Amino acid sequence: MTRPPEDRDLRDTALDTGQEPDALERRLARIWRTPPGLVNALSTVDHKIIGRRYIVTAFVFLALGGVLAMLMRLQLAQPESRFLSPDLYNQVFTIHGANMMFLFAVPVMEAMAIYFVPLLVGTRNIAFPRLGAFSYWVYLFGGSMLWIAFILQMGPDVGWFAYVPLAGPQYSSGKRADIWAQMITFTEISALAVAIEIVVTVLKQRAPGMSLDRIPLVVWAWLVMAFMIIMAMPAVVTASSMLILDRLVGTHFFNPAEGGDVLLWQHLFWFFGHPEVYIIFLPAVGMISTMLPAFVRRPIFGYLPLVMALLTMGLLSFGLWVHHMFTTGLPRLGESFFTASSMAIAVPAGVQIFCWLATIWLGRPAFRVPFLFILAFFFTFVLGGMTGVMVASVPLDTQVHDTYFVVAHFHYVLVGGAVFPLLGAIYYWFPKITGRMMSERIGRWVAGLLFLGFNFTFFPMHILGLQGMTRRIYAYPAEMGWGGMNLFVSLCSVAMAAGFLLFFIDIFRSARHGEPAGDNPWEASTLEWATSSPPPPYNFVRIPVVTSASPLWDEKGSLPVVSGLAVNRRELLITGMGNATPEVRETSPQNSIWPFFAAIATSVMLVASIFTPWAVVWGAIPLTITLIGWFWPRGTPEDDS
Amino acid sequence: MNTARLPHLFLLLPLAGCSGWQSALDPRGSTAEELHGLFWLFTITCTAVWGAVLLVLAAALWRRRHPAGISEAQQARSERRSGVAIGAAVAATVVIITGLTFASYLATRGIAEEHPEALTIRVRGYQWWWEVLYADSAPHRAFLTANELHLPVGRPVRLELATADVIHSFWVPNLAGKQDMIPGRENVLVFTPREPGTYRAQCAEFCGIQHAHMALRIVVEAPADFERWREAQIAEAAPPMTPEEEAGRQVMESKACGACHTVRGTAAAGTLGPDLTHVGGRQTIAAGMLPTTRGSLAAWIADPQTVKPGNNMPMVPLTAEELQAVSAYLARLR
Repeated sequence: MTRPPEDRDLRDTALDTGQEPDALERRLARIWRTPPGLVNALSTVDHKIIGRRYIVTAFVFLALGGVLAMLMRLQLAQPESRFLSPDLYNQVFTIHGANMMFLFAVPVMEAMAIYFVPLLVGTRNIAFPRLGAFSYWVYLFGGSMLWIAFILQMGPDVGWFAYVPLAGPQYSSGKRADIWAQMITFTEISALAVAIEIVVTVLKQRAPGMSLDRIPLVVWAWLVMAFMIIMAMPAVVTASSMLILDRLVGTHFFNPAEGGDVLLWQHLFWFFGHPEVYIIFLPAVGMISTMLPAFVRRPIFGYLPLVMALLTMGLLSFGLWVHHMFTTGLPRLGESFFTASSMAIAVPAGVQIFCWLATIWLGRPAFRVPFLFILAFFFTFVLGGMTGVMVASVPLDTQVHDTYFVVAHFHYVLVGGAVFPLLGAIYYWFPKITGRMMSERIGRWVAGLLFLGFNFTFFPMHILGLQGMTRRIYAYPAEMGWGGMNLFVSLCSVAMAAGFLLFFIDIFRSARHGEPAGDNPWEASTLEWATSSPPPPYNFVRIPVVTSASPLWDEKGSLPVVSGLAVNRRELLITGMGNATPEVRETSPQNSIWPFFAAIATSVMLVASIFTPWAVVWGAIPLTITLIGWFWPRGTPEDDS
Repeated sequence: MNTARLPHLFLLLPLAGCSGWQSALDPRGSTAEELHGLFWLFTITCTAVWGAVLLVLAAALWRRRHPAGISEAQQARSERRSGVAIGAAVAATVVIITGLTFASYLATRGIAEEHPEALTIRVRGYQWWWEVLYADSAPHRAFLTANELHLPVGRPVRLELATADVIHSFWVPNLAGKQDMIPGRENVLVFTPREPGTYRAQCAEFCGIQHAHMALRIVVEAPADFERWREAQIAEAAPPMTPEEEAGRQVMESKACGACHTVRGTAAAGTLGPDLTHVGGRQTIAAGMLPTTRGSLAAWIADPQTVKPGNNMPMVPLTAEELQAVSAYLARLR
């Protein structure tokens, strides 16, 4: 097919004739839009649509995991309760943990990145957007598999950490542990795909002028997160694959009788598992660093130390995994080393806290809802950090390990350190996603209920743990004297549940009836606020040029922009890694249904391989076909260039 | 009087006021005491730091500000001062962290010391109970028991921890920190009980469906009482005293019981389940689930899967008379 030569390279400059004022917008919209219809919805590669789906799905999993948490609190409200059978309770706590870590916390941080990284760095779409679409479907199918298995009474019951030999072939018959291991494979595939997209987008697609020292801190955090995913996830993929091999084809990686080693599992799992905590936590603190300036009306204090803190924590988090294994009887000297490294991470964490305190000190705080969540973060996370210092000490850990003290500790750091900032970020960015504000009045109630509900629910667990209450027990004798405090905890958890319920109500209400937000309701300084709310399919009419770390504050009037990009095909700008100097115009892929088919083929293969190893062989055939379809040259400008 | 009964009477006493019998906050042994001190050092330090951070936050939020803003020179000066304050705070963090690491290191060194005269006991975890082996240089003086540990007060004890199946974790918070029992490995826990009493241990590593009900009693008693108890345990099972008990012994030997359980001095010699030679003298049955009485023994044997769902003891069909007899016999085995 031949095209007229001018149509092969029509630039936005050609539309600057002034005859049609919105000719450029209409052209761009036609090229970048996702047309209506089911097939088109399944084919879209728009990072905003995929990101929105990802975020919504992650919050659905949060709600489901929350229901499980409430079931557990109902069970533990009184001693020797028979509300849940031990078999069901073990499934419930396993799926609560696996769901919250693998299906909510990590994916939601990736999801926010998929939506916001391209907007924050000023580009038209994420890099490798079809990979993003594939990633979402794999995530959705993997998460659904876990929950369907649970509904069918086939839910994993070996803990979210699936220690061998309990999860091995000898002590976990049936398919429950395989479901767990394969769920890991699903989420790892999707996480790795997103991580690669983020790395390439941040390093190569930043708006011209956004040199490394002008990258918004949350984007730095997502970049570090993405590198951590790339380095940490292979460890758990290896571990879960070895587990599946032990279970399915009779290898003996973890069988000491045949020369295997059960502690190998723990090393591999925690080599991933500890960085995972920081994979969740770093984006959350990045969100704080990026939101805070809008609510104290001044740029962040200590940009460079904050970036350094992110990098240091990312690096150090790979040297701490043994502190999950302090009671396994490792050599004393090694344990002392890991005590020191675990405590050392308090230093970069402290740097962050101090920089934020200075930012607030020097600024003029406005107590809007996202800021309230930041304050809740301070109170809660710092307390969790303190108990983190306690569990980092080998001797102390031998008393509190695997007790409710640790349950309290990691909920303080994960809910306080990641969920509170995330909810603040939802209140902050919801107007950008939907074009409507969330309710300030309801938001205050949400923040208050969650803050009080959380602390009254989880603080007493520290004491319960010290009084000897171990984790993962479905019942406890009345004579232990834990009943009163457990009842109190269960009652307070209702307040927390109410807070989340109100949050979801506010989401639904505001999406329809919220006040129109305008482009920049918080008068914030970063690029995503330079475009309309919600952003058009092409994000920016023209790619902005960045001249400072707070572009919307420092550029009086309108932002300088780039011109000369094609408007008859999807095109974006590739810039240099360090200084973001423009390098080349690059086409961005079209919508395609093949990532969806590839995800289905992958899912069928993975699920079937729970039942027979041959599924990997035969399942590779349809997968190959879908990949051929995905990469088949189609003669379109996007695909050919 | 039969000396074997004395310790049993003694055991019942401390059960009365035992609210803190599984608590790290109520140390009764050398290691637990050391850890308790360390715990408070950390807690006080960390609380102080946390409070300081929140105080600074409160001050930053509500400090008085110039309504019209400040000049650029003033702004630069306060930024410089903030930089200095951050530097000082980071330095303080490093000092505190180093101090705590050092304190932690010292505590580790203090509690890991082995004693040559320590009493060595081998504890082996099973799904979901504990096997206890009191070894002795004279083989006939070694004996097995289950779910109950007796220790003489003041004498260092060395526990060799192993497992028969999955990972378990041995934890008596009043006496020492926990230590895992790992297949293919053996871990050692050393401590000295300082005060007589009954303490409770519980498995701390998730080990399957009845992880919640895997408890162990630890009786710390005067050395003389301990020796009496030990002699009683070394002895073979008590002979039946009544026709009913004799019938119970026959049930024990002829039905499935003996395939898994041992009663020394009878034909029951199974090794899959707990040794029952002196089961009637133990405080609890089923790893801490029920107090040992004739009634609870009968309830347990009649339907173990309702009492402790998922455990490995099958329901052995017995007539009412057989059940009566065997529970009477087991209660006799003190």
